[in-house]
Amino acid sequence: MQTMEETAAGTETPTEVRRFRVFRFKRGDPAPHFDSFDVPIEQRTTVLDAMKWIQLHRDPTLSLRHSCYHASCGTCGIRVNGREVLMCVTAVHDLGREITVEPLANIPVLTDLVVDMEEFYERYPEEHPYLRESEFNAAADTPEGIAAYVRYEDCIECGLCVSACPIVGTTDAYVGPAALAAAQRMLEEPRGADTARLIDWADDPDGAWRCHAAFECTEACPSNVNPAARIMELRGVLMGGRLAFPGREEETR
Amino acid sequence: MSTAPAHVLIIGGGGTEGALAHDLTLRGVKVTLVERGEITSGTTGRHHGLLHSGARYAVGDQESAVECIEENTILRRICPGSFEENDGLFIAVTDEDMEYLEPLMKGCADCGIPTQQLTPDEALRLEPLLNPELKAAVRIPDATMDAMRMPLRFFATARHNGAEIHPYIEVQDLIVHDRVVSGAVVHDHVTGKDGEIHADIVVNATGPWSEKIAAMAGVDVPIRPSPGVLLALRGRLCNMVINRLHKSGDGDIVVPQRGLSVVGTSSWTVDDPDDLGLPEDHVQKMYEEGAKLIPAVKQAEFRAAWSAARPLIGSKDQADTGRELSRTFKTYDHKDTDGLEGFVTITGGKGTTLRGMAELCANVICGKLDVQAECATRETVLLPHTAYYAA
Repeated sequence: MQTMEETAAGTETPTEVRRFRVFRFKRGDPAPHFDSFDVPIEQRTTVLDAMKWIQLHRDPTLSLRHSCYHASCGTCGIRVNGREVLMCVTAVHDLGREITVEPLANIPVLTDLVVDMEEFYERYPEEHPYLRESEFNAAADTPEGIAAYVRYEDCIECGLCVSACPIVGTTDAYVGPAALAAAQRMLEEPRGADTARLIDWADDPDGAWRCHAAFECTEACPSNVNPAARIMELRGVLMGGRLAFPGREEETR
Repeated sequence: MSTAPAHVLIIGGGGTEGALAHDLTLRGVKVTLVERGEITSGTTGRHHGLLHSGARYAVGDQESAVECIEENTILRRICPGSFEENDGLFIAVTDEDMEYLEPLMKGCADCGIPTQQLTPDEALRLEPLLNPELKAAVRIPDATMDAMRMPLRFFATARHNGAEIHPYIEVQDLIVHDRVVSGAVVHDHVTGKDGEIHADIVVNATGPWSEKIAAMAGVDVPIRPSPGVLLALRGRLCNMVINRLHKSGDGDIVVPQRGLSVVGTSSWTVDDPDDLGLPEDHVQKMYEEGAKLIPAVKQAEFRAAWSAARPLIGSKDQADTGRELSRTFKTYDHKDTDGLEGFVTITGGKGTTLRGMAELCANVICGKLDVQAECATRETVLLPHTAYYAA
């Protein structure tokens, strides 16, 4: 963990140059290829900064997704040296001399580093809320007129878990970790969601049962969702429902 | 005699542009919107995510303050589920801050912004990590917005109502003949091909980039790209938005957001909105000033530091830091300012007022197109952000 003192240390480092191998593809190209760019970097330069530098100084046709610059929107997911990361919080300094940058896997590529998120969102069971009760500063009073402090869900819908999942890579039918984790969150805090329908949706060979517990999703998640643990949790709920005696359903859920 | 609906080309994929596409589409206008990158990849997505109550402007810029509280109320109604509705506090930590208390209370009253004055003990019970030295606190209806997903609801709704929304299409030039703008020459980053898009009116809604687009038509708009540095820390240090009770300054706000706390911001001016840099002294200033609100800022784990460019109205020789420039917005009909037909620029403003800005700009456009329909965006509840991606 880096705090104020640690992040300030080393910011005076002289500029050095790193080589980026960047995945390129435009619709109609017979095959993708890689272009190499030498990019000057400093202590705080992120992979996103480096890609923006290439756009500005070398190739304005390089396309990428980004929005918030602080790991809250989830748009800038890519693979760097084969690992899923958010560009905006990945410091170039910590990477090697030559850095390979590719779009996420298991989601169709639209152009260059841009994936088409339509398919990602199709995986979800239904409209999922993204507000939850806040658990931070649990001892705090809530102001009069406010039922409970709320906050956004941890999941930023970035697709890193879907890219990292070895099972999604083998079958399109599997709904994948992001959607299952969202379903588990809705069962945990329904906020009006139809829980019976969610359980039906998850209780499917291509739902919660398809996961092989590789935990790659949890490894890749930049936002503390821990999808793998949530899938295991979800299986527990499904098993509980199957084992329950009639009339005991409420208790087991 | 039936005619095809008027066609408006909007350049830019930020929040205001999404709201404008939505507004015009509801009025029956055919809309095509192009953005060179992802939707909200410019200024919109990068801001701290504050849904302003208006209190920040209630003393120095009451026009902006009134706009904020009106839009704050409307957005909560048309974007249900999109805000962390935990309110905000202004806290005084020095004697000098205390001198701002009365003007703030009066300014908020003048602008219709509800306030509740709290004792230091009451404030600390709501927010235990506040600077224990605080001298006074005022509760106001700030909230946190998701700076991408809230605006995305406007794009989603516009798209479902028939607007064509095209990210990854970049405008290379404007088509101008005999003082009339009739479209744009574009490059499609998905196919790598060039093309033209023709329209009855072209709207330049590119925020800090609007000077660059206007120059393609040979006209000038007085915009200063004015960046600020923001700092994101892991963990929520507060649940309410915490503001410094004094006049607008560096590092005067902590916005909790998801599992993060965002400290903002500073202000300077640049010439090129694509090349902002990240001044290290500004990052350190966020730590120093943020810690005066919540001391734990200095011990929190670093997550990100970045710059975002505001599109402030003002000329090059007018401002050094950007703080002197107006936070309100302006629509330029270039027929009036430059004798150029078919070209409108909208700029200035802020995330909170995106819908109101769009309404006023749409009024200007509909006036030019002789479209009679009234604005319907105040009452239209928006589709969820996920609908943007649904075919």
